Order: sequence, then structure tokens, then C-alpha cells
Amino acid sequence: MRKQYFSKSLWVCVVLLVALLLAPPILPRFYTYILAVIFVTALLAMSLNMVVGHGGMFQFHHCVFYGVGAYTFALTVTKAGWPMWLCFVVSPLAAALAGFVIGWFCVRLTSLYFGMLQISLGSLLWAIAFRWYSLTKGDDGIHSIPVPGFAATTSSAYYFILFSFILCVVVMYLIYKSPFGVTLQATRDNPARCSAVGINVRRHQLMAIVIATFFAGVAGVLFVVLEKSVFPDLLFWVLSLEIFIMCLLGGWFTFAGPILGAAITVALRTFAGIYTEYWTLILGVLLILLIFFLPEGAMGFFLQKFEKGRDKETAPPRGQHAES
Amino acid sequence: MLKVENLYKSFDKFLAVNGAELTVEKGQLVAVIGPNGAGKTTLFNLITGMLKPDRGRVVFNEEDISKLPPHDICRKGIARSFQIANVFPRLTVFKNVQVAVLSQQRKSSNLFRPAHRMAVEETNRILSSVGLLEKADHLAGSLSHGDHRILEIAIALGNEPQMLILDEPTAGMSPDETSSTMGLIKRLAETHGLTILFCEHDMDVVFNTAQSIMVMHYGKTIIQGKPEEVKSNMEVQEAYLGGADA
Repeated sequence: MRKQYFSKSLWVCVVLLVALLLAPPILPRFYTYILAVIFVTALLAMSLNMVVGHGGMFQFHHCVFYGVGAYTFALTVTKAGWPMWLCFVVSPLAAALAGFVIGWFCVRLTSLYFGMLQISLGSLLWAIAFRWYSLTKGDDGIHSIPVPGFAATTSSAYYFILFSFILCVVVMYLIYKSPFGVTLQATRDNPARCSAVGINVRRHQLMAIVIATFFAGVAGVLFVVLEKSVFPDLLFWVLSLEIFIMCLLGGWFTFAGPILGAAITVALRTFAGIYTEYWTLILGVLLILLIFFLPEGAMGFFLQKFEKGRDKETAPPRGQHAES
Repeated sequence: MLKVENLYKSFDKFLAVNGAELTVEKGQLVAVIGPNGAGKTTLFNLITGMLKPDRGRVVFNEEDISKLPPHDICRKGIARSFQIANVFPRLTVFKNVQVAVLSQQRKSSNLFRPAHRMAVEETNRILSSVGLLEKADHLAGSLSHGDHRILEIAIALGNEPQMLILDEPTAGMSPDETSSTMGLIKRLAETHGLTILFCEHDMDVVFNTAQSIMVMHYGKTIIQGKPEEVKSNMEVQEAYLGGADA
């Protein structure tokens, strides 16, 4: 049964992948673009979920690292004129460095205090991006950033983003299932017990933050590849709140939940946003319904359904076996 | 092996531990008894580094460990279980123990190898030695109270400790569960060569199992000695056994 379950989900993945690969020639350009936006946002939300859902830390201002990744890429390309590959490597590392510095202070606190300090320190970085006009062009942002030829058009950028997204998700999945990931979930459930079995909880949490902020930085780079511009809103707390909601929507105790959450939110913003600028109202109502009826999130709900369905499927053969 | 010397700890102005003395020899089963609020749990928290003492020393294998953080003390070979079931509710029973084993093998920070293939043998051995192997796939949060307490001990065993500290291992258990748990503890002490320090309310259990008993009252050590010595001590009867009769 177990084997069947795995091959079933593998088939779903393969079909989905083929569909996504075939999308650009078939779909109108706008929809290809929206799909790419979903991947970038989903990667950002998943990196947040590593800290919030699996690590149990209130990383309230996560998009700062997304912004650091994006700005580093924009600045190294336009101002420093470094070779493109170096910019691609340096930008996520810069985000991870910012994550290390901010995280180093934050892991000394717990729960809400962690969250408050994280917001304050993160807002400092937003202020730099907003105020340091000579470097970042402030509120105007930096536009028409040159990107490499292989990602210049919408459809080639789409493929580049899809490929990077899949690569990152695979690596994050490996980490999620590794001893590090299991231990991280244990520190979420019970930090005191963890230190009693010899785990340095703070160091483990800090390591998780650094890894997560690295992936947030990758998402930032992908954003620039797609949009070819950066602006201070990338580091604004409103975006952090939005991705936090995505994790809740999708189910923060599941691995792939944030992808679903990101897809729902981006789709809502795009399509409900056409009719009304108050689309966040719909998001709010959705969130209230979710908290009341699906506390495990959308993905958590589907997984539960699926698991239950599996039990029902397996139950009769077991009974027959017992009879015969 | 473990020596607690003149230990003090106060919360605000309340003296929770007020001059505790304790000696544990290698291979011994030592019990700490005393009425509720005598400072037994605080003493265990001081030994394992969850709290820092105001004064006094905790010496383990000739080394002062009173200033170390809990995870370093665990690395020195002291593992503990908690009075209130303190497990990882959202993880399976298997993973609960595996986390401790991985930590012991210093593989907690390993990033890219799948965890479900690591430390499987060791974890299963511990689970079968405490009788939880059939429930390995259950979520720890769904276990019965008795199994919770056993899982507590299993997690502590994951660290391959030299010394095990059990804070009321049979709290809230039925008489049957209590005797089987004490049997398990005795067996572990013999087969693993473990030194065990525990505290317990059930006097029968204590006087039947322990080789040495330390009595605490108002945070102070009144006496430590063999069960017979303790039994005959008048002061103890006044403080504890007499109180139990009344």
C-alpha cells in the first residue's frame, strides 16, 4: 500500500511537471507570467515556512531577506558590474548573511519577543533601502536591470524560474527529511526537552534561519529576473504578513502547503484584483473561514482526506484476509 | 560519580533548595524522597543545568558542571526524564527517540541524508527494550499516559547516558503500571550498567528498589543512607512518614 501511495503521488508530480513545461507555448503570455509569479512567491513562502512551520519561530518580517537578495542582485549587476554568475551566487549569500546577523540576536528570545525584535531589525533594512537614495534610488527603485539572455523573454524567464524553483524545493525537501529537519521539528515541539537530549537549540534555530533566508534570497533573485526591477516595498512588512498568511492558508505543518497558499493568494490578487481593489477583504474572509474550519490549512485538509481515503481503501482487503 | 555539595537556589525570596547534599556512586540506584514542595524537582533541574544554582557545586566525574548549559551536561553523560510528560507530540514515537540518538551520534546537523535510514537499529533496540516497538509509528501525542511516561525514559536512553535522572517516573500510574515500570527501571540499571537517580512518592516502591535514599525537607538534605538507616531515623519519620500516617 505504501509503495502504491508513493508511485501515485509521483505520477501526480510527473503530470504536473509536463503540464508546466508545456504551459508557455499554449498559454497566453500573461498567464505564463502569473505562473512565474506564483513560483517566486511560493519559494519565498516555503522558505518562511521552514522557520515558522517547522522551526516554530515567529519570523514576522521574513520578506526583508527576499528584498536583500533582490537588491544585492540589482546592485551588483547595475553598479558593480560583476559577472552575471557571480551576482547569482552572491545575492542569496548576502540574504543568508543578513539572516545570520538578525537571527543571531533573535534566537536569544522566544515566541512574541523573537517576533517583535525580528520586525524591528528587519525594518532597519527596509529603512536603508528606502532612505539611502544615492545607492538604492529610494522609493523610485531600480528599473530595467539587465538579465542574462537565457532569461530575457517571459517564457525563457518562466523556464529558468521553474527550474530553479524545482531545484530549491528538492533541496528543501531533503533538508526537511534530514536529521537536521527532524531535529528542527523537535525543537519546535519542545525546546526544553531538546536541550535535555543534548541539542544546542539556539544554534540549531540559527542554522535554520540562515538556510531559510538563503532560499528567500534565491526567491529575491528570481523576482528580479522576472520583473527586472526592485523597489523598497519588497522589504515592507505588509509583504511579510502576506507570506505569513500564505503559510497559514496552505498549512504550516505540511511541507508543500505554502505552495498552495501562494497560488491561492496570487490568483486572488490577480483575478479578484481586476474587479475590486478591496481583494484583501476576500482574503480576510477566507482566512477567518480557514481558522474556524480548516485549522491545519488547505494542504493539511487534503492530506487528511487522502489519508482517511487510504485507510478506507485498505480496510476491506485486511478484513477479507482475516476471514480467509 | 555525582556529588552535590551545599547547593542553594531561591526564587524571589523563597528558598527552594537550601543546602542540599547528595552522593551517587557508580552503578547505584538512588532515590530522593520528601513531601511535595521539598525541592526535589528543583534539585534535578539544578543538576541537569535547566536552572543555575545560587551557591554550591555539582560535581560529575570529578568535574564541576554547575555552570554548564543543559545540552553540554547531557553530552557529559547525564540524561533525564521529566515529571510532566515532556515529549515531542507532533512526531512519531520512533522519531521522538531517534532525535535523541541522532543527537548522541552528533548527526543532528546533517543536512542532506534522509533521516529515516539513520540510527534505525539503535532506535529500534531502545524501543524494544522498553516495549514500545509496536507503537513506533504512533504520534507521541496520541499515547496513553503510561506509555507517555515510558517514552520519556526511552528518549533519555537515546543519549546512551552513564547516569539517568528520573523525575517521578511512575507519577499518575496505576499500581500495575507502577510495578512494571519499576521492574523496567531495575532491569535497565542491570543490563545497561546505568546509574539511576530518581524521586518518587510511593514509599513501598522507594524502599524496595533504592540502594540509597536521600531525604529532603524544605529544600534541605536531612539524611542520606541505606534504606534501613533512613527508616529508623526519627527525624525522617517526623517530617515524612509520620505525616503520611496522619
